[in-house]
Amino acid sequence: MRRISYREALNEAMMQEMERDPNVFVYGLDVSDHKRIFGSTVGLVEKFGAERCFGTPLSEDAMTGFGLGAAINGLRPIHIHIRVDFMILAMNQIVNMVSSCRYTSAGKLKVPLVIRAVIGRGWGQGFQHSKSMHSVFAHIPGLKVVLPTTPRDVKGLLISAIRDDNPVIFMEHRWLYDTIGEVPEDPEAIPLGESNILRSGNDITVVATSWLNVEALKAAEVMQKHGISVEVVDPRTISPLNDKLILESVKKTGHCIVADDDWLNCGFSAEVAARVSEFCFKDLKSPVSRIGFAATPCPTTRPLENKFYPNAIDIIKSIESKLELQPLDLSNEEFYSYENKFRGPF
Amino acid sequence: MKRKELNVELYKKVYLIRKTEEKIREHYMEDEMKTPVHLSIGEEAIAAGVCMALNVEDQIFGTYRNHGIYLAKTGETDRFFAELYGKQTGVAKGKAGSMHISASELNFLGASAVVATIIPVAMGTSFVNKWKNNGKLVAVFFGDGALDEGAFWESLNFACLKELPIIFVCEDNGLAIHSPTSDRQGYRSISDIVSKFECNVFREETTDPEVIYRITCNAIQLQKNNHKPCFLHFKYYRYLEHVGINQDFKFGYRSEDEFKRWYKMDPVTLQRKKLLENAHSEKELQEIESEIDKQIDNSVKSAQKAPFPDESELFKDVYA
Repeated sequence: MRRISYREALNEAMMQEMERDPNVFVYGLDVSDHKRIFGSTVGLVEKFGAERCFGTPLSEDAMTGFGLGAAINGLRPIHIHIRVDFMILAMNQIVNMVSSCRYTSAGKLKVPLVIRAVIGRGWGQGFQHSKSMHSVFAHIPGLKVVLPTTPRDVKGLLISAIRDDNPVIFMEHRWLYDTIGEVPEDPEAIPLGESNILRSGNDITVVATSWLNVEALKAAEVMQKHGISVEVVDPRTISPLNDKLILESVKKTGHCIVADDDWLNCGFSAEVAARVSEFCFKDLKSPVSRIGFAATPCPTTRPLENKFYPNAIDIIKSIESKLELQPLDLSNEEFYSYENKFRGPF
Repeated sequence: MKRKELNVELYKKVYLIRKTEEKIREHYMEDEMKTPVHLSIGEEAIAAGVCMALNVEDQIFGTYRNHGIYLAKTGETDRFFAELYGKQTGVAKGKAGSMHISASELNFLGASAVVATIIPVAMGTSFVNKWKNNGKLVAVFFGDGALDEGAFWESLNFACLKELPIIFVCEDNGLAIHSPTSDRQGYRSISDIVSKFECNVFREETTDPEVIYRITCNAIQLQKNNHKPCFLHFKYYRYLEHVGINQDFKFGYRSEDEFKRWYKMDPVTLQRKKLLENAHSEKELQEIESEIDKQIDNSVKSAQKAPFPDESELFKDVYA
């Protein structure tokens, strides 16, 4: 199958959906400038015109309510935030209006609104260009929250998000944009609300979100050399969460690490831990472990930033500790560095 | 529509609003309408005048103080009262209550209790109307409190930038809950500021629904000609407390004398007087009134008798 990048897959999903459905449009700050949201909106304004792809004032809150107004009247807006940190300005609309609109109209209105946001680590981005926040959105009934990891998933899940009649928060890790993987050319819709086993294994389960799946896969590859087989489960849609594959995996392995690309406290990792404890209690050979951001704002300086964000080594150490292994020699392993960009594979 | 007919229709609207609100006051202490009410008494002329000038297919939005525009736009009271009583037959099966009452099937698309929050949604709706070139207008109603929130300014800016077919209706009672504009606004005149935008601005202090109607008609005409959004600034006086059914002059944050000044120009009394002066007989008016009284009474009775939603309704319509 053809291999393309995550950003190209994102772009292709929007391109194909805008071709298919004239009610789909894309808007947000800088969607049609020369940088095109890290390349993900390339070609849209040229192909569909400024009516269906336009930049906006820095009015994140009103432009979200604007999307709601468009959605309840039959259009299918895609609102884009180049960083989730700006989307926080729209919390009032998202939490007070978008999420509740269908419910409080007793089902008379539907809200086919997609809000795309770039999340996670960049390059010395500090505390306002670096967050994920998906746990906050997953807390709100009425929203769907999707975190695609692979290029194939990002295309297929975005297609489903656009076709969905509910508001979907669609979160894309900045580092994933450079990942390459197999993506079908046809518009393949991957259903929302289904987890995915990224790597099968028998000894331990790692439930990871977004970029941390890349780190978990690296950790699994390292552990394999030492005879430990790690299963990596990507929930993909964290709300509403279909926990079937997660629970089946933990019942099989008896060990669970949740590596969430977010803060831990009251977060998605806690939700997974609670469900695993509730439904896999008798199968657990060790308590659920959690890996996530340090409980601090994100610092800018590299040594502290390295410590703030978890990575494959943290996952390896957690596996060693849970399985009571001797610490491995990792000196010959090559781990991901943003300086090198991503080269795959997926 | 001839002036005589117009004034009858306007009277029906202001009378319906006043009597509905009074009916709520009559029954509220029975504690069966378990929903906070922000009554529209005093505001009737604006709701009636603006809605009268709109076409049936034009869409409206409002805040928690929405009974007046709901009734002026829809004329219906059955599902309205059922909603206040929290019944299955309510316009949103009781899930919306008074503060969020709306009826999308009758083109009242939404109401928010976080006051300026509804304005962007109205603005997005007007964008769709422009996109579809369907000729529909949107009118969004809000109080002067909404001017203090960013969503108003963000929406006004974008509507002017994109020349959206929308009418911003500021129903200015000079109070955000209990705080007067003098404690909240660092500017002298909202109309002056908005007139610096690419926007048609109208300002009036009147309790005459006919005047409001004429201003709105002029605004709509101007909008159709120059494609700019309209901002209508109407002053009125809130007779009752912010939320609830009582007068609240005893708390001293506003004076009863002010109320008495406004009450001399009470919109319902004014409109009734106008009809009597325009060759309508007392008997004719009583017939109109008794028809509306009957409608309200029947609506209240059927709302009281209607069943509550089944518990299973709790989980319905979270997602499509």
